[in-house]
Amino acid sequence: MAARNQPMREALRKALREEMLRDERVFVMGEEVGKWQGTHRITRGLYEEFGARRVRDTPISEMAICGAAVGAAMAGLRPVAEMMTINFAFLALDAIVNHAAKIRYMFDGQFSVPLVFRAASGWGDQATASHSHAPEPIFAHFPGLYVAAPATPGDAYGMLKTAIRDENPVLFSESIALYPKPGPVPDDEDYLLPVGEGAIRREGADVTLVAWARGVEWSLQAARQLEREGVDCEVVDMRWLRPLDMDLVYESFRKTNRCVIVEESLPMYSFGSEIAAGIQEDMFDYMDAPVKRVSAMDLPLPYARDIELMALPDADKVVAAVKEIV
Amino acid sequence: MDIANGAALPDRDTLLDWYRQMVLIREFEETCYELYEEKRITGVYLHLYSGQEAVGVGALAAIEPRDHAITSYRDHGVALARGVDPGPLMAEMMGKRSGVSGGKGGSMHLASREHNFWGGFAIVGGHLPLAAGIALEAQYSGRDDVVLCFVGDGSSNNGYFHEALNLSAVWRLPVVWLIENNLYGMGTHIVEASGQPLLHKRALAYGMRDGGRIDGQDVVAVNCALDEAVAHARSEGPVLLEALTYRYRGHGVSDRQYNVRLKDELEEWKAERDPITRLGACLEEAHPDSRPAMSALEQAARDQVLAAVKFAEESPAPDADDLVRNVYVE
Ligand SMILES: Cc1ncc(C[n+]2csc(CCOP(=O)(O)OP(=O)(O)O)c2C)c(N)n1
Ligand SMILES: [Mg+2]
Repeated sequence: MAARNQPMREALRKALREEMLRDERVFVMGEEVGKWQGTHRITRGLYEEFGARRVRDTPISEMAICGAAVGAAMAGLRPVAEMMTINFAFLALDAIVNHAAKIRYMFDGQFSVPLVFRAASGWGDQATASHSHAPEPIFAHFPGLYVAAPATPGDAYGMLKTAIRDENPVLFSESIALYPKPGPVPDDEDYLLPVGEGAIRREGADVTLVAWARGVEWSLQAARQLEREGVDCEVVDMRWLRPLDMDLVYESFRKTNRCVIVEESLPMYSFGSEIAAGIQEDMFDYMDAPVKRVSAMDLPLPYARDIELMALPDADKVVAAVKEIV
Repeated sequence: MDIANGAALPDRDTLLDWYRQMVLIREFEETCYELYEEKRITGVYLHLYSGQEAVGVGALAAIEPRDHAITSYRDHGVALARGVDPGPLMAEMMGKRSGVSGGKGGSMHLASREHNFWGGFAIVGGHLPLAAGIALEAQYSGRDDVVLCFVGDGSSNNGYFHEALNLSAVWRLPVVWLIENNLYGMGTHIVEASGQPLLHKRALAYGMRDGGRIDGQDVVAVNCALDEAVAHARSEGPVLLEALTYRYRGHGVSDRQYNVRLKDELEEWKAERDPITRLGACLEEAHPDSRPAMSALEQAARDQVLAAVKFAEESPAPDADDLVRNVYVE
């Protein structure tokens, strides 16, 4: 398939623009998405191209942005509502969790809620404790919602298109650190990546690294380093935190019998806990070592650069975890 | 006991139709109360509309079938006044598969898509931005539908209220925000909860039309004010107004203190302002021959609710397949 090398930021913008061109019901709303061109420039140029009806600047009203998106989706539109950063989605947790995720079930299928909450996520630019969360697992806790977290520009493109076209509400997490990173983006307006399908990023025989979004990058770096030391890592990119592609994890684990889970989020009640629990329940006979988890430290994130990075996971921490079990 | 407050009185058929709806709601709600006492309806949440009938009936008579209604968990009366069949509503109370929400939503989550009744919502204020979004869809699609959003007085104090009303004003969305001011949010009186207890005045802060405070126990006055509000919403943008009303059965059926603590106040509202008594008196005065018609409507309401109870009790409960259905669109 023909592809162009583009940063994730451009891949997302391309997906949004094409979906808006394809389907009149798709519109964008959020703080600074229009005239300002988007805080992270994902909506750059869309206001000029589509106008104020379809690229809607909102007041700073997270509850109303998410709640109005739910109402508009119930009534037949396909809102793409942007949370300037995922930290601010906490104000709208009720609209997302109690409304978007529950309405179909509570009214036994009378309504569907086809919308996307896009949210810029992640830690590590001295953004401080309130602005540095990667809380995707919190949202993935709730049935009724899908949670997407792409690791590459190509995936960002295909997954956002899938999310917009899907009939269900999707929390679409975009890692801020990945926005500028380039990668091949297919030249195919119908490039859709199925909901809940992970991908093997690197094949290997000795240990399975399970990750999402930024964790995939750290895992691949660690795998390259470990290769030089004679350890062959397989890297699984989950892509979606809900539904969770456990089959893919198990397929890899049956081969490697060892696993390290890598994530940007906090360690308690986490993605790592979930995967580890699944492995011990379903893969007990295949286990040759304890499952290890690499995550952020169990702390609020500080401002000072010198200590901020200490709290964050990175490739070195992944290497160290792998060495404990091989 | 006057009604209409100077407003022109609608014709006899219209008044009788409103009477029919109001007695049906009262009968339905009082039956729910008894069924709950007898444990034929279970659970912890059942918020009755007795006493507030004139607000729902008068307001909904001001919108068209193509328009939209949405409300809180105190939703039985709104559903009935929107024309939803009492059978599936009662079945929902009893958690039956034939309930409007398949027995999965309960009393607080009634809805009927075909009636453009978008639901009862149990999180205080949660349905307000939904109303804005439903209105946005109409505006976006170039239709002139209006959304009628019922709001409790207590619900006017959380952030949803502020954000949703402000957004509706900024985007000039066709929403009528109708506060049903029954004086209490659970046990907290309006003056203990709102710095400005004249809630309609908040319209000024949002730059939207202030539709004033109306007598919510007077169905004609409610309808008259809503006609104007709906016309404004359809052509200009949002309106906020407030209907003063009263709940006869406490906050919900598990609220056991209310009827004791506020007995005098309750008796006064019932004796002096009951919306059904007032409409009945008005009908008899304007059309002295209407008593037999009214009696027939009262009997019809009893029959209808009895049939609804029978339908609900004979319906099967949801099963294990229903349990897992409709989490997602598959
Ligand atoms: C966000 C939220 N907070 C608290 C509650 C608990 N609660 C349910 S109803 C209610 C009172 C609301 O009063 P009002 O809006 O006046 O409506 P009314 O019951 O009088 O119709 C409260 C506090 C809730 N359901 N949701
Ligand atoms: Mg109240």
